[in-house]
Amino acid sequence: MSDVPALEGGFADPAREAAAAFRGLLGAMARPGRIEPCGGAVPPAPMSIAAGSALLVLCDPDTPLHLAGPFDTAELGDWVAFHTGAPLASASECRFAVGPWEALQPLDRFAMGTPEYPDRSATLIVEMADLAAHGARLTGPGIETEAFLSLPEIAAFETNRRAFPRGLDFILTKGCHVAALPRTTKVE
Amino acid sequence: MTDQHYNFAYLDEQTKRMIRRALLKAVALPGYQVPFASREMPMPYGWGTGGVQVTAATLTPDDTLKVIDQGADDTTNAVSIRKFFERTAGVATTTATAEASVIQTRHRIPEEDLTEDQILVYQVPIPEPLRFLEPRETETRKMHALEEYGAMHVKLYEDISRHGHIATAYAYPVKVEERYVMDPSPIPKFDNPKLESRALQLFGAGREHRIYALPPHTKAVSLDFDDHPFDPSKAPHPCGLCGAETSYLDEIITDDRGGRLFACSDTDFCARRRAAGHVGPALEAAL
Repeated sequence: MSDVPALEGGFADPAREAAAAFRGLLGAMARPGRIEPCGGAVPPAPMSIAAGSALLVLCDPDTPLHLAGPFDTAELGDWVAFHTGAPLASASECRFAVGPWEALQPLDRFAMGTPEYPDRSATLIVEMADLAAHGARLTGPGIETEAFLSLPEIAAFETNRRAFPRGLDFILTKGCHVAALPRTTKVE
Repeated sequence: MTDQHYNFAYLDEQTKRMIRRALLKAVALPGYQVPFASREMPMPYGWGTGGVQVTAATLTPDDTLKVIDQGADDTTNAVSIRKFFERTAGVATTTATAEASVIQTRHRIPEEDLTEDQILVYQVPIPEPLRFLEPRETETRKMHALEEYGAMHVKLYEDISRHGHIATAYAYPVKVEERYVMDPSPIPKFDNPKLESRALQLFGAGREHRIYALPPHTKAVSLDFDDHPFDPSKAPHPCGLCGAETSYLDEIITDDRGGRLFACSDTDFCARRRAAGHVGPALEAAL
């Protein structure tokens, strides 16, 4: 029964667990650099609990999803299909993409939104090897003075910020924790 | 006790996902109005359907909810929305600002400073600050894209030329992070300085299908001119009940002979001050 893993690992109590996981995502996006809990779902390896939970909170048949690099497996595809119904799509057509940082490159494949509708841009869920409050210095909306976050690089985020109001938004996941980097954050 | 006939917090999960996606984009684009597929709610448009949908998508079972209407916890709109979420989400409710984790508001910001653990949800009637200057959505959207806000300054200038001062007293436009001009909903301009807050602020316009947001510590500057700086004025009276000199006041007609009372619009703030022994001039005269 190779299908069984695909049927498992969803939210046990979808409404309440999704609400709690969303508050983690909302808190992370509203306060860039802050690391919040985000759990409830147990996706197949190599996807983290936080990335799987974020997909269950945000994705459904209305949101084309791109599985990048090592996440583009039949097992993960089946899991996502069963639990969210999100159609799998290429990088240029997706609303959400999930994978390690290297697999998501180059970033200019993803939708950046338009000047009239900058919200129509992709959100990238980046699976991190390390997620901690040190490293790159963050300033901008949501941050009182400054925050720090271990980021894979700096230049890509600066390029993204300069396109404001167009741009990508990032959700960074490791284990059962998330942080986020909206396009407004200045990264140094 | 949650009403078992409804999903947690009333809305179905797919609707909540759609609203949650809009909320995250709104937070990432401070002051920009994100379109969303606003639903019919079991209350008419104009009664806070936008705020209710944002609150429903935000609430967790652990939240404590406060609802205010023009600052008051005990008016029809506030009471019915509070009861709605007591019944459909089973969340705890309160009237104390400091005890709430989510506060839904119509047309006021609480007097008490909000903390970073709180979320303020606004009910918004007309989210587009340029709507009364340009009725076409296609045009206002272009104006925001091009940062073309000259017409708004002309409107404020015409206020000055007609009245000698900027006569806009509520829904006073702000510029967010030097980019988007935003309608802070019909809060009195007295509340505008409080838009720069430690709390996350979410705005929901149900009839107009828009969601927007101000993350914490986000710049929101009230539009003005160098020679006519922004003035967050209020009635030049103390509160008649608690004597507060710094709170926003409602004018209440008390009889048919010209009698009137100025009292705090924030009922929780006023009740707390009176409980602490503060007495205002009107209450003193009645004793």
